[in-house]
Amino acid sequence: MDGSGPIQSGTLMAGKKGVILGVANDKSIAWGIAKAIAAQGAEIAFTYQGDALKKRVVPLAESLGCSPDMVLPCDVTDEESVDAVFQALERSWGKIDFLVHAIAYSDKDELKGEYLATTRGNFLRTMDISCYSLTALCQRAMPLMSEGGSILTLTYFGAERVMPHYNVMGVAKAALEASVRYLAVDCGKRNVRVNAISAGPIKTLAASGIGDFRYILKWNEINSPMRRNVTIDEVGGAGLYFLSDLASGATGEVHHVDCGYHTVGMVREDAADQISELLQGLRRNG
Amino acid sequence: MSDVADRVKKIVVEHLGVEEDKVKDEASFIDDLGADSLDTVELVMAFEEEFGCEIPDDAAEKIMTVKDAIDFIEKNAN
Repeated sequence: MDGSGPIQSGTLMAGKKGVILGVANDKSIAWGIAKAIAAQGAEIAFTYQGDALKKRVVPLAESLGCSPDMVLPCDVTDEESVDAVFQALERSWGKIDFLVHAIAYSDKDELKGEYLATTRGNFLRTMDISCYSLTALCQRAMPLMSEGGSILTLTYFGAERVMPHYNVMGVAKAALEASVRYLAVDCGKRNVRVNAISAGPIKTLAASGIGDFRYILKWNEINSPMRRNVTIDEVGGAGLYFLSDLASGATGEVHHVDCGYHTVGMVREDAADQISELLQGLRRNG
Repeated sequence: MSDVADRVKKIVVEHLGVEEDKVKDEASFIDDLGADSLDTVELVMAFEEEFGCEIPDDAAEKIMTVKDAIDFIEKNAN
């Protein structure tokens, strides 16, 4: 397995309807999840923020056979805009079974250099969009999940350990992971599960905003136990598990899909040459 | 026209959905070919994938026209 296997089709999501927030293009992790669950029969609504993303999301949604009516604008910093999404879902479907939160934002200028330089304004905005939005969505999803459901968000190892340049986004992801545990308790009694996938680094549009991201990618490729990076389809497979009844007993989990990188305590000794070359290249660029 | 230029232009045509004859060397992605800011990031990612090269952020910011892209790749691709 190199992570490029075909997407499995089946009926694990047959009859399930839900919404995915945060597809930007066909490189998006949320798109990997969308493809995996659509191939198992899920019916999906998508949201986009702004016209630049609309023109990317609409054709992707159509390629999965989604109705254009179910591609909805959503700005998670605007309460009315979030309300409108759930009103549309209720109008069309009456209920939903799943929700995928794949949304984050921080000022690009603060995703390089020292965390110490974080401004109050960007700190609050990053926390609002990347962390509070999950809670805001869960609140509104609950009435539509009266028959139970599954909520999934995306996080990154930078929440647990310091990654160069990840900065305030690491702090926001740590808060997001804590939110998953608190939400799991409140939603659990309503028969709704809340989990997170901590994906290894993947070259997405969002990642292009992170300083030296290529270096992080290469470092993970060399040092992860599986000696490669993950694909959006592999995250999609894990997403399918959490969103389907396969994971009916799992909630409050932060599940790593990172080729095992989170287990590693030291660099790979037999890759010293590759690592040294990588570090020298970084020093040249810096 | 070089092989690199052909391949760059093919990517631009496919990604931006523009007519081939509009993708001239001096054409600006944003001003002449209707690219938005996300398109420029996606184009750089597509060039990196096609040519197996790395385009650092500070270099990517200077790639404004089709010719800028061709020149950078000709200098830096393996």
